[in-house]
Amino acid sequence: MTWTSIFIAGLITYFTRMGMVTLINKDIFNENFRKILNYVPSVVFPSIIFPGVLLEDYGSLVTISDPKIYGALTAIVVGYFSRNVILTISTGLASYWILIFAQLKIAMI
Amino acid sequence: MLSKFQIFKIGFFDVAPHLLSVIPFGIIFGAIGIELGFDPIMTYATSLIIFGGASQIVFLQLLSGGASSLIAITSVGIINSRHLLYGAVLSEYLNKLSSIKKLFISYFIVDQGFAVSNIYFKKNKGQNFSHYHLLGSGITLWLCWQISTIIGIYLGSIVPESLGLKFAIPLTFIAIIINELRKLDHLMVMIVSGLAATFFYNAPLKSYILISPLIGLFSAYLIIKFKK
Repeated sequence: MTWTSIFIAGLITYFTRMGMVTLINKDIFNENFRKILNYVPSVVFPSIIFPGVLLEDYGSLVTISDPKIYGALTAIVVGYFSRNVILTISTGLASYWILIFAQLKIAMI
Repeated sequence: MLSKFQIFKIGFFDVAPHLLSVIPFGIIFGAIGIELGFDPIMTYATSLIIFGGASQIVFLQLLSGGASSLIAITSVGIINSRHLLYGAVLSEYLNKLSSIKKLFISYFIVDQGFAVSNIYFKKNKGQNFSHYHLLGSGITLWLCWQISTIIGIYLGSIVPESLGLKFAIPLTFIAIIINELRKLDHLMVMIVSGLAATFFYNAPLKSYILISPLIGLFSAYLIIKFKK
């Protein structure tokens, strides 16, 4: 049963990948559609980023002191000025970990 | 004129920084699969057959939580529906390829590969073998995902949960779109989509992953209209 589900989920996923590449004709694009498609990365990625930062695993809002918020802000500031992918991710993670361990220390005291 | 292999290598180097988050994510996924009670072969098979990180985690989570196959499969479809949008963007550049090549290259369309190759395509319009960039980025990501899943299956349980490596996922995506932050219209659309995703996060079947980009695209449409 699980194997069947994996194969069906795989087929559907593959269809989402090849559907538009093989079935769509370039002439279908008009100028407005092309302009809107330019925004695709700007609508998809924030849809993953925001819940990943602002929500707990079970879907409730995080508190203002959550390390994830400051990790994300660090990454945004560093990324904005450095334009460097590795630096953005690593400083984001580093600040997140520092805060987690700082909070652990405080909790232990 | 760059050779096919040179373009392939550019694809590899462009996507390489993203491996910093893809590899930990793969390890985490492998570990989660085992933790949820799936056997190693089944956990690995999802990486080979579905090949979509977030959707694989949701898929196994739902099945292990007693959800029906139908719900698990639908969730995978909804989460991965974003590839339709990627495909629509990429089809402009892959148009010249034969159907067989299109079917092959499609398998390698993933978030990070799309992001870096789309930038390359925009800068190198009319270049003959530019699709090798997508192959370079896609195959690199594919290989790393397969290997890191396997590492995760065997070693992942050692990584302490308190490290919260999952947080590398939003950070990667921040790194991907950081340059768009400089454009006010994109910034507005990002905030709309992000808030919509947060608001609709608990919608059935994880459908927020489809609802919020659509809301974002609608706001983009309004911005385009307003600009005119």
